[in-house]
Parts: sequence; C-alpha cells; structure tokens
Amino acid sequence: MLAAHFPALQVVLPLLMAPVCVLLRGARLAWLAALAVSWVAFAIAGLLLAEVLIGGPLSYAVGGWAPPWGIEIRLDAVNAFVALIVAAIGAIVMLYAPKSVEREIGNDRAYLFYTAYLLCLAGLLGVTITGDAFNLFVFLEISSLSSYILISLGRDRRALYAAYQYLILGTIGATLYLIGVGLLYQATGTLNLADLAQRLPALEDVRGVRVAFAFLTVGLSLKLALFPLHLWLPNAYTYAPSVVTAFLAATATKVAVYALLRFLFTVFGAEFSFTVLPMGPPLAVLAVLAMFTASIVAIFQENVKRMLAYSSIAQIGYMVLGISLVTVEGLTASILHVFNHALMKGALFLAMGCVFYRISSVHIDDFAGLAKRMPWTAAAFVGGGLSLIGVPLTAGFISKWYLVLAALERNMWPVAALIVISSLLAVIYVWRVVEQAYFRPPPADRDVREEAPLSLLIPTWILVAANVYFGVDAGLTTSAAGQAAQTLLGSAP
Amino acid sequence: MELLGLYNYWIVIFLMMSGFYIVIARGNLVKKIVGLNIFQASVFVFYISMGKVSGGTAPIVAEGVEVYSNPLPHVLILTAIVVGVATTALGLSLVVRINEAYGTIEEDELGIMGDDD
Repeated sequence: MLAAHFPALQVVLPLLMAPVCVLLRGARLAWLAALAVSWVAFAIAGLLLAEVLIGGPLSYAVGGWAPPWGIEIRLDAVNAFVALIVAAIGAIVMLYAPKSVEREIGNDRAYLFYTAYLLCLAGLLGVTITGDAFNLFVFLEISSLSSYILISLGRDRRALYAAYQYLILGTIGATLYLIGVGLLYQATGTLNLADLAQRLPALEDVRGVRVAFAFLTVGLSLKLALFPLHLWLPNAYTYAPSVVTAFLAATATKVAVYALLRFLFTVFGAEFSFTVLPMGPPLAVLAVLAMFTASIVAIFQENVKRMLAYSSIAQIGYMVLGISLVTVEGLTASILHVFNHALMKGALFLAMGCVFYRISSVHIDDFAGLAKRMPWTAAAFVGGGLSLIGVPLTAGFISKWYLVLAALERNMWPVAALIVISSLLAVIYVWRVVEQAYFRPPPADRDVREEAPLSLLIPTWILVAANVYFGVDAGLTTSAAGQAAQTLLGSAP
Repeated sequence: MELLGLYNYWIVIFLMMSGFYIVIARGNLVKKIVGLNIFQASVFVFYISMGKVSGGTAPIVAEGVEVYSNPLPHVLILTAIVVGVATTALGLSLVVRINEAYGTIEEDELGIMGDDD
C-alpha cells in the first residue's frame, strides 16, 4: 500500500520536513529530523533501484492524474541510479553534519541549514525522478535556490558574493532551460518527457525544435558547470561551509549531468542530437578543454578547497567526454564516473571539513605536518586523492578505465592519450597536498596530535572505504551503469 | 505583414536581450537583479503569447463560445513567476548582506576588496 507511493514519498518527505525543521528550532532536533528523512530517502532509493533493475521502468501518476496530462514520476535504470547516489551522499553527509555545522555555521543558525538542506535534497531528487519537463524546471529551481542559501551560510563574507554570482548564473541557466521547454511545448503540445520523445522524431526539421535543443543544452550546461560555463563553481565551492561543499560537489552537478543525458538521449534521441545536429565533436572539445585547463589551474591554487573545486570542473569534463562518444561503453563510463566522482569528491571535501574543524584553514601552507597532527584525516585525503587520480583498486580507476576503453573502441587514440595525460595532472595537484602533509614538519607550536572528532572521521572514512570497495568489486556499479547506458541508447527496455 | 503580426515575439526578443545585457554589463548588484527580472519577464511574455489562440477567449466555459485560449502555458508561467519572485527576493537579500559585509554593492569595488586566502 505504502510501497506504491515510494516514488513520490522520496521527494515529499524532505519537502514536508523542511518547514518542520524551521518550527523545531533546536539544532539537535532539526538535525535528527534531517538525518531520519535522509536515511529514509536513502532506503527508498535503494529499494526503488532494486525494483527497477529487476522489473523494468516504474511509472507513478502524481495525484492520480494519468500521464501525459498529469505529472508523471518515471523511474528507469538511469534515474533510479542517480537518485540512489544523491540519497546516499545526503545520508552520509547528515551523519557528518552536526559537529561541522556547529563549528562552521553555528548552532543558532543550524536549523536554517537543515531546512535549506532538506529543500535542496527534495529538489535534487525531484529533478532526478520526474518525468515532466516543466516539473523538472521547478525542482531544478528548488534545489538551486536552496543551494544559494546553503553557500551563503559560510562564515567568510566572500561566501555571500559567491552565492550571489551563482544565483545570477544559475538563474540564467534555468531561464534558458525554461525557454527551451516553451519552444518544445509550442512544437509538440506536451511536456511529458516520454511523450515528447515519441513526438519529436517527426519534427526534426522544425526550426523551433532545433532552437529548443540549443537552449536546453546551454541552460543545462551552465547548471552542470561545463567549461567555459563553470565560472560560478570555484568560488561557490571554496567559500561554502564544508558540509555544503561536500554535499553539492557530490550531487548538484551530477543531477544536471543526468538532466542533460535525459534530454540528449531520451527526449531528442541520440539520432537527432548526434547525427542530425552533430553535438559529439563540440562536446568532446569542451570536455577535453575542461580536463586540461581546470586541472592546470588546480595545480596553481593555494587554497586546497579551491583546488578541489577546479578538479571537479575537470572531472565533469570526463563525464561529458563519455557522453560525446555516443556508445554504450562511453555512456557507461560517464554514469560510472558520476557515481565514483560523487564518492571521491565527497570523501575529499569531508576530509577538508575535518581539517578546517581543527586548523580553521584550508590553505596549503597550513597543511604542513598534517600527517603528524591528524593522521587519519591525512590518510583519508590520500585515499580520496588516489581515487581522484585513478589509481588501480580505487573507484576512480574503474571509470577512467571504461572511458579509455570507450575512446579506444571508437578508434580515438589521441583522446585516450589525453585522458591519461590529464590524469597525470591530477597526480601533481594531489601530490602538492600530500607533500605538505607528510614531508613538511608541523609548525613548532602546533606539533601535537589533534585528530578530528570521530563523528567527522567515520563518515569521511565510510566514503573512502566506498572508494576502495567499488574499486575492487565494481560488479554492482558497472552492471547498474551499463544497464542505464543501454536504457539511454534504447537498446534495452 | 507577417513580421508585424508576430510583434509580441519581437518584444520578447528585445526584452530578453536588453535584460541579458544589463546582467552582463552593469556592475551594480541591484541593477543586475533588475536585468535578471527583465530577462525572466521576457520568457513570461513568450509563454503567454504561446497560449493565445487567435479568436479564442479566456478558457472559461460559456455559452456560444467555441474557441478558447490554451490555459496550460498561462498556468505554467504562474509557477515560473513565483520562482522568479523567490529568486529576486533571495538575490536582493544577498545584496543586503553583501552591503553589510563589504559596505558596497559595486562589483568593481567588491573585486578590489577580495581578501587573499
């Protein structure tokens, strides 16, 4: 009975709990509420993914209005997988939250953090599971507006300006998306994604449809921070509180990548997106540029959080590169990297939160001797960093391996070489931090062991362990990602 | 004649481009939000124009009326207006906070005041 409503509950629960958090006021109560909702959403997402992988796509008519007139929630292998990533990161970040929030946001404002976090979670899950183009816009804006708030909660006054810049660019992206949806509605008379997919092939030559394609692609690319539309990202990730950075870095851009996948492959179809309008080469060029420019800029950053933010832009390059190959292997690599990157960046940014908790800085000079002062935190950073580089036996290796294979399969040797070279750039920027942490003596007055509290270390290490686990036993993720890729290319039901 | 008949779409494009220009070219944070509003308003006009059926009346069932305008884009845009209002409110409140923290809302001056890490 209740299970039939799981698809909707996933979004409705955090949405309803958000105002309750405002009423609860107390930092502890609000946290407990957010924690409970996050874990329930995680459990539901897991159950739904299992159901979808075995039984095929699920459709849920919101409010009992039959699609395509009503809003449909449609879960298939692709979005059930992305929803699980979002919910899982949310659940782990909530374990981590109380201490870090107390330190970086303050307990008097904590309930506002939990409210905005729940809204953001609801928005992100909503974008992922909805089957309606306009509903996707609404959820996109719910998640974006709440993430502007989350970023502005940073102690540093530059967090405010970063949030403002993100608000301007994010709103432009969302408005471009809205124009695209309008043009599609004008051409087809429907907003349901599956319905659009059926009607669009007949309208390939309509100019409005092509313009809609352009608006949707650019709008979503702004949201996912595809180079050169990434300008909002570095400041936002640098100055936001650590919990927020970890949550957003691991989920927000991933959900936008999913939305782009959905439009390129399901709605317009690979035929239209990559043959009628050759999107493959431009996406590939931008992706490679992102991999290189962002990695090179990352090498020269003094603020480690900003360095990781630039590295995120480079990693988004890998995901888009996989998309631009338009093969099952390429898409598998992209979707795998969405999952694995969420794990590695989650782990790294949570480690940053541990560092900030004790040292009140994430500047690279203050990392001197970190391995002596905070051995577990430093080791967690190394674990996440190895995965970021793509060392075998870590999750990062699996997705890069698949990406290189996909490039080779298309006979794109130079691209495969570029992937490997850009990974070497990651070695440089990760090494800079490792060198500081392990091979420099700590400042004389701080030569004591001051590890971060367990409530911060445990969630960080859960993600590090996940990086290793999914690097050693990748069967689960590769089969889910492979099935998702086949769904997108239409070679599976 | 056909070009003139589409005049509301010309207005949409004019508003869209001027709004977008203001967002990019103005250094004052409040003016940027104004530009953003104009930019969004153009999309509202676009949706509303789209729902209009020539010769159609408001979509309320009445005797002797055969042709109605399409209410769906109008309803959609009500939602988008709400989103726009929320964005403006949040944007302006951020500007207030920026003014409190920096003492200015001019982008050029904010850039100079960027603290080093």
